[in-house]
Amino acid sequence: MDYFVNVTLTGLTQGMIYSAFALALVLIWRSTRIVNFAQGSMAAATTFIALALIQAGQSYWVALIVALASGFVLGAIVERVIIRPVEGGPELNAVIVTLGLFVAIQASIAIIFGSSFQSFPTPFGVRGLEVGGSTIPLTPTSLYVIGSVLVVMALLVALFRFTRIGLAMRASAFSQEVARLLGVKVGGMLTLGWGLAAVVGSLSGLLIAGGTFVWPAYMDALIVFGFVAAIIGGLDSPVGAIVGGLILGLALSYVSGYAPRGSALVNISALVILIVVLLVRPGGLFSSTTARRA
Amino acid sequence: MPDAHGSTALSATGGTSTATRLLEVEGLTSAYGPVRALDGVSLAAETGRITAVLGANGAGKTTLLRTISGLVRPVSGRVVLDGEDITKAPVESMVAKGMAHVPEGRGVIAELTVDENLRVGSLFRGKVDRSEFDRVYDLFPRIAERRNNAAHTLSGGERQMLVIGRALLAKPRILLLDEPSLGLAPRIVAQIFGLLRQLVDSEGLSVLLVEQNARSALSVADVGVVLNLGKVVVTDSARTLMADEDLRHAYLGF
Repeated sequence: MDYFVNVTLTGLTQGMIYSAFALALVLIWRSTRIVNFAQGSMAAATTFIALALIQAGQSYWVALIVALASGFVLGAIVERVIIRPVEGGPELNAVIVTLGLFVAIQASIAIIFGSSFQSFPTPFGVRGLEVGGSTIPLTPTSLYVIGSVLVVMALLVALFRFTRIGLAMRASAFSQEVARLLGVKVGGMLTLGWGLAAVVGSLSGLLIAGGTFVWPAYMDALIVFGFVAAIIGGLDSPVGAIVGGLILGLALSYVSGYAPRGSALVNISALVILIVVLLVRPGGLFSSTTARRA
Repeated sequence: MPDAHGSTALSATGGTSTATRLLEVEGLTSAYGPVRALDGVSLAAETGRITAVLGANGAGKTTLLRTISGLVRPVSGRVVLDGEDITKAPVESMVAKGMAHVPEGRGVIAELTVDENLRVGSLFRGKVDRSEFDRVYDLFPRIAERRNNAAHTLSGGERQMLVIGRALLAKPRILLLDEPSLGLAPRIVAQIFGLLRQLVDSEGLSVLLVEQNARSALSVADVGVVLNLGKVVVTDSARTLMADEDLRHAYLGF
C-alpha cells in the first residue's frame, strides 16, 4: 500500500511538471497557432541563469525569481523579434523557426555555461514527511513542486478570468481580427502571452532540474512528455494541458513502478498513451474545435 | 444601362449634399494581387443617416469596409473621418476615433460569453459604467437572458444583436455593418433594421451599411450607393433607387 501511494505521489509530482510545460505550449498555440519547439531550450536557458546565480552565492529563491523574470523577457523578445516576422505566413515557416531557435539556444547554453553535467539544488528535502512518528511518502520537494505549479496556474486563471488585460488576451487569442477591430492592441497581447508562457515553461524547467543534474539538453525528455501531455489534452485547452500532464505523470509512474523493467518502458508507454488517446479522441480529451467552428 | 448612368448625374443635385460628410472615401483602390476589388471608389456617409452600399457578390462591398477600417491597405485613395485622414491609421485605433466595424460573419468571439464579448467591446474606453451594459441588454432582451452563455451557443439573430450591442458600447459616431441580414429570418432582419433606424434618428448615430439584400437595406437607408465590379455605378437617395426599376433589375436583383 505504501508503495502504491509512493508511486502515485511521484506520478502526481512529475505530472505537475509535465502540466506546466504543456500549459506553456498550449498558451502559445492558442494565441498564435504556433507549436513552440524552442520552449524547452528557452526554459533550460533560464535554469542555467538560476544556476549561475546560485553558484555566485545567491539564494535559491532569488535565483528562482530572476529565472522566471528572465523567462518572461526571453519569451517576449522571441515573439517580437523572431516570431512576429513569420506570423501569418505559412504555418510551417514558424514551426521551422522555432525548431531552429531550439537548436540555437541549446548551443548558446553550451557556449556560455559549458556542456558538462552540473548539479542543481532543491530548496527542500527529498525525505518523506513524518506524521505522528511514521514516515509518509510525501516529500517537502513534492509539496513544493505541486504547490508552486498550482500557485502559478491559479495566478494565470485569475489573470485570464478576472482582469481586463486577461480578457483582452483571450479575445486576441480567439479572434485576432475582431479583437483589433474592437481596439485591442493585439500585438502587445501576443508578446505578453509569449512572455507568460515562457514563465510557466521556465518554472517546469527549474522544477524538473531540482535535486538532479543539468546540462544543455537536460530538458529533452521533458519536452517530449510535455508535448504528449499537451496533445492528450487537446493542445487548445489549458485545463486539458493540466489534466494531460497529470494523466501522463501517473501512467508513466505506474509503468515504471510496476511493470517489469518498467523504467525502460517509460518512453514507449508515453507514445502508446498518446496513440490510444488520439485513436479514441483525435482532437484530444479537451479539444474545443467544435466550439471554435460553430 | 443608360438609366443607371442618368441617375449618377442626378445625384450631384440630390437632396443629401447639405448634411455633414462624416466619413469620406476618395478614389479608393484596393487589390488582391492583380485583381482590383475596388477601383477608384468615392462615396460619403453623412452624419445621422444610414448609407447603404449595395451590389452583388464580388462587387467589392466587403473590401470597401475592410479598407476603410484598415484591415486591407489600399493601393491608392484616401479615407477621411471627420476631416482626419485615417487611410494609414492602425486598425486598433479606429474604434477610439469613433468608427466601429462589425465584420462579415458578425465577428462574435465564440469562446467568450455574451457578457465578455460586450466587455471586450468597451475595453479601450477604460472603466465603463455598468448601466451602459444594462442599456444594451434593454435593447436586446434576448441576449440579456443568455449573458453568461458562451457566444457560440447563440442563434444567428442573437449573434447579430450581440455584435451590434458590442459596437454600441464603443460609443461610435459611425457604425460600419457588413451584411447584417445574412442568414437571418426576414422578421429578425426587420427588427434589427428597425432598431438601427431608431438609433440613427434618436441618437444621431451614422451607419454605413453594406448589403446584398438591397430591398431591405433600401427600405431603411437614406442614401444608397450601388457598387458593381469594384466601381460605383450610382449614388442617390434610397427612395429614388427604389423607384428605378431598370437599375433594380440590373444591379440589385429585385
